[in-house]
Amino acid sequence: MLQQRTFRRGGIHPPDKKRLTSRQPITACANPPTAVIPFSQHLGAPANPLISKGDVVMAGQKIGESSGFISAHIHTPVGGEVKEITSIFIPAGFSVPAAVIAVDEESAFQEEPRSAQELDSLTPEEMHSRVQEAGVAGMGGAAFPAHVKFKIPKGKHAEYLIINGVECEPYLNADNRLMLEHAEELLIGTEWIRRMTGAGRVVIGIEANKPEALAVMREACGRLGFPFTLTKLKVQYPQGDEKQLIEAVTGREVPSGGLPIDIGAVVSNVGTTFAVYEALAKGKPLFERVVTVSGEAIKQPMNLRTAVGTPFRQLIEQAGGFSEEPMKIVAGGPMMGFAVYDLDTPVMKGTSGILALTKKQVNDAVQTACISCGRCVRACPMGLQPTRLYHLIDYGRYEDAKASYLLDCKECGCCSYSCPAKIHLVQGMRLGKRMLRNVSS
Amino acid sequence: MSEGKTLIVGSSPQIRDADTTAGIMWHVSIALIPAGIWGVYLFGLRSLLVILISIAAAAAAEYGIARMLKRQTLADGSAVLTGLLIGYNMPPLVPLYIPVAASFFAIAVVKWAFGGLGANWMNPALAGRAFVFFSWTTGMNAWQMPRTWAGIDGASSATPLGTVQTGLFDVAGEGGTALSYLESISYAASGWGSSLADWFSGTVGLNVSAHTADLFIGAVPGSIGEVSALLLILGGVYLLYKRIITWEIPVSFLVSFALLIWIFEGTLFSRGLFSGSVGFHLFSGGLILGAIFMATDMVTSPVTGRGMIIYGIGAGFLTFLIRLYGSLPEGVSLAIILMNIFVPIIDRYVQPKPYGFKKQKTGRNAA
Repeated sequence: MLQQRTFRRGGIHPPDKKRLTSRQPITACANPPTAVIPFSQHLGAPANPLISKGDVVMAGQKIGESSGFISAHIHTPVGGEVKEITSIFIPAGFSVPAAVIAVDEESAFQEEPRSAQELDSLTPEEMHSRVQEAGVAGMGGAAFPAHVKFKIPKGKHAEYLIINGVECEPYLNADNRLMLEHAEELLIGTEWIRRMTGAGRVVIGIEANKPEALAVMREACGRLGFPFTLTKLKVQYPQGDEKQLIEAVTGREVPSGGLPIDIGAVVSNVGTTFAVYEALAKGKPLFERVVTVSGEAIKQPMNLRTAVGTPFRQLIEQAGGFSEEPMKIVAGGPMMGFAVYDLDTPVMKGTSGILALTKKQVNDAVQTACISCGRCVRACPMGLQPTRLYHLIDYGRYEDAKASYLLDCKECGCCSYSCPAKIHLVQGMRLGKRMLRNVSS
Repeated sequence: MSEGKTLIVGSSPQIRDADTTAGIMWHVSIALIPAGIWGVYLFGLRSLLVILISIAAAAAAEYGIARMLKRQTLADGSAVLTGLLIGYNMPPLVPLYIPVAASFFAIAVVKWAFGGLGANWMNPALAGRAFVFFSWTTGMNAWQMPRTWAGIDGASSATPLGTVQTGLFDVAGEGGTALSYLESISYAASGWGSSLADWFSGTVGLNVSAHTADLFIGAVPGSIGEVSALLLILGGVYLLYKRIITWEIPVSFLVSFALLIWIFEGTLFSRGLFSGSVGFHLFSGGLILGAIFMATDMVTSPVTGRGMIIYGIGAGFLTFLIRLYGSLPEGVSLAIILMNIFVPIIDRYVQPKPYGFKKQKTGRNAA
């Protein structure tokens, strides 16, 4: 067996909890009676609403227009009448405009399968515009608009295309299930992204705790005859973070403040790759995704194909409801996801999971004094010193924190997770960055 | 919404590791227990009283000061651990007011005067020991014969290290070793040490002095908790296994010390370089206790692995200097305290290199 690749600095090993849902096939989540579709489901500027109260929309219709270079269109997965355009809180803590749609069950999206010849004749530019038109955004969590990422800037060259099948967040199996159930589509989607980016080499990275997905993907890759490399990666959080994945696969580091393309790499998540496939092969916009509903407080953990705009409540009910009282409901993975307080929060493009965690998993305890144990320093995959940064921020020395590389922190959570004093280090980093922004603006 | 009432929101990560500060302190205390039981077995119940009084005094000081500051810190376990370590560092026959003074000094002056747990720059237990060591020299030299020597004639109750240190003036220039000196004055060896030494020479074919074997199992006079190198090392293995401590400090401390002893110790006996009695020095005195349990105190040691190695080497070097060339027989605690002073400087200059600052070009010659 080949040695498993990994990144060089830090990393942690939280219990992976994958077994709760790793063998649950993807099933469809019922549409809600009312869908709430935010106009900002991606990183960057919110989309401009194209509809207003009283309009009747069709499933798959574009309802929000991308409003800038880094932005994405919004499509509705359901048809029905627009009840109102309102403002809601999304898990990240922002208030965004959203369309409330009374769902008409009769309206269903009609796929438009494209012929193989048509697809083969598409130029990279045409593929780009179709991906952009489908509103594809990164589905690993950050929801960076995909067409921006796949557009290689002038003067840069994509040497590597890395498909991120790591899914290092505990509990989540959305990508794992996609690889098991849709390996061929994923590989075809990968090939199209390779054409879009002009990448020389394709590496598909899968964490070692998903041996079945690795085997299925390898078999499908051989069958379809793609020259892609499948790489088994060590189980270590945050292996699936773009920067760590690039380091593990290529040995290169994305320069501080730079982008992966600066060192010749483009990374696409498995979910995003599947969305690209569906957009190109079926003309299907990104309006649904696989969501892992899991956690110790969920009665029947499962993986649900869910329409964007479906409230969390609906998925939790479909998963049998709560088996015990949850302490936290998390949108996304437990390491970087957001705790929500409202079960009417809708699923968005980046919602990879809905987790109901109990007190035992949360392990929240009273914060005690830092004893300089250095665990955060050893855990930081960016090679920072979280304890030092935290102290500087605590004393209001934001510029000093910046000089100690505060802006290289990506809030992966390794430091807070490993802190025995239960200090909210990530929260401290966020505060520090916010204060720096306020000072400079 | 009824279910909304009990939900907690907060910054990611939403899950935390189960380890807590108190957990760390209790694990270290647990790792120390075997060596303590052995000490009590060797020196009798009075030594248990010494340990308990040290703990009680430290806990009382912690409770009292925290209460004055309207805080509750006893549960973090650090004061109990400090008391335990102070007890282990006391000679068995020490007058009982000495550990009380040491514990009080450690908690009140060394720890709380600087702001409590995490804010002290010097290891409280060691500072407490140093304080009473220089205040009550006689009381701090109240060694006792270990039980394992019962029935042996001519038993001295001075520690092997102290005996050699005192005796050095007589043997200098004779080409002997620390061990041959102990032989020459018929320093007692326990039956266990002798049979372990016999086993080594018989089965393994390795010539080990009965005195070294005694030091290793801990059948010698000494401070209550420091005598058994074996049990302390087992405690250290437990801490490594539980990932409470990392290898850097103990290994760099012990290896640098052993190397220096090997190179230079022979010169004291006019034997030239590279002939030191490594085993004797490694298992003597408080070195193992200090390297595994005191130098690794998280508050007063560096946070980075490289920093820890520098700190460990510094402690090894200073221990070597004090032991061989100082007027005191033992230098571990002073060496660690001195290195505590350097920790902020080490942490300032030894910092990890962050991700993304490597000089690299796009293209072939990267990777």
